[in-house]
Amino acid sequence: MSADGAQAALLELRAVSRVHGEGPTAVHALRGVSVSVAAGELVAVMGPSGSGKSTLLNLAGGLDSPTGGGVVVEGVKLGGLSRGGLAAVRRRSVGYVFQELNLVPALTAAENVSLPRELDGVGLRAARVEALEALAEVDMEELAGRFPDDMSGGQQQRVAIARALVGPRRLLLADEPTGALDSQTGEAVLRLLRARCDSGAGGVLVTHEARHAAWADRIVFLRDGTLVDDTGSALGAETLLSGTAG
Amino acid sequence: MYGYQLRAEFESRTGGTWPLNVGQVYTTLSRLERDGLVEPAGEQADKHVFYRCTEAGAAELREWFESPVNPEGRPRDELAIKLALAVGSPGVDVRPLIQRQRTHTMRTLRDYTRLKVDVAETDLAWQLVLDSLIFQAEAEVRWLDHCEARLERGATEAAGTAPGRAGARQTEGPDRALAGRRSR
Repeated sequence: MSADGAQAALLELRAVSRVHGEGPTAVHALRGVSVSVAAGELVAVMGPSGSGKSTLLNLAGGLDSPTGGGVVVEGVKLGGLSRGGLAAVRRRSVGYVFQELNLVPALTAAENVSLPRELDGVGLRAARVEALEALAEVDMEELAGRFPDDMSGGQQQRVAIARALVGPRRLLLADEPTGALDSQTGEAVLRLLRARCDSGAGGVLVTHEARHAAWADRIVFLRDGTLVDDTGSALGAETLLSGTAG
Repeated sequence: MYGYQLRAEFESRTGGTWPLNVGQVYTTLSRLERDGLVEPAGEQADKHVFYRCTEAGAAELREWFESPVNPEGRPRDELAIKLALAVGSPGVDVRPLIQRQRTHTMRTLRDYTRLKVDVAETDLAWQLVLDSLIFQAEAEVRWLDHCEARLERGATEAAGTAPGRAGARQTEGPDRALAGRRSR
């Protein structure tokens, strides 16, 4: 179950670097980091603040451009794209879940979720059908007509995840997605991310919480912009308990 | 219940996390019998000896359930000992040691979390054991983060006040901390 390039990688970071500024004051946010995420795989990125976690996520989603190396999303090299082409990949391939949910308060849950599809040029009616499907997947179909302010934090986060995954998007990028949620609701959000990846999406989860990162297949550790370690992918569950005896 | 049943019951309630060998079960039963806490309650055709709790045994059991577990009674924490010895040992680089442990513990934590996905809602006992393992692993990772931050702070402070003696300063803190603990 390894995520080598041979498998259809949804996301490939190839020796990616990101330097802010120049000369002696230059800040190296990332130094030659390579990560690949296969379909069905959830990869967690851990590291202290300032280690480059969020930079990595921004590069993966085409929100920022690397100063070295390359980013490939679903086989498309982002480096060679025009501004418009990049925007299209961002909309069609990538879904984002941030700590700040950024739901539009004046729109209902269904309208929030269908918005990105309408921007994609899908007709209103089709976008609404897709939105209801996405909401159903996160068990929020019944609240489709509700406004964000009339929902709990956990419900809002579910809507945000539905919005991130509506339509054909298969790459899910999450930055501390459990933010201010209580631990029970936070766990529900992670179960949801996990389930989405199990059913074929790929995900990158940036978090400083060990308990949350533990939902991933693989955890990579960043420090000072460099990948310092990697847990590798999980073994079969039946071998797990042999280590805990005694 | 007889020995095999006891073992099966223990393992099913704890999800097989701490396997018992049946010899252990029988030695324990005979010790309990010697102390008057259990007594034989007949034999089955297949030679299995049944045991039941005596009144004293039931009282002892109640007492056990009602008293908190003393942390000092648990086995020594090898990891804490290892780190304590590593800090201040010449030629041991503590930071990679911490990272190796962190990766290892995260792997364990991930594997427990994976098991948790498959646990039936109704299997409360196994859920609780699994949660206990998860919380312990999580606490260990947090503690490792803390150790790393402490080391870094020590290094920065040392670099700021006495640039030439960074190494010496770094080992001073933990030594003092240990001395403090000893004197308590």
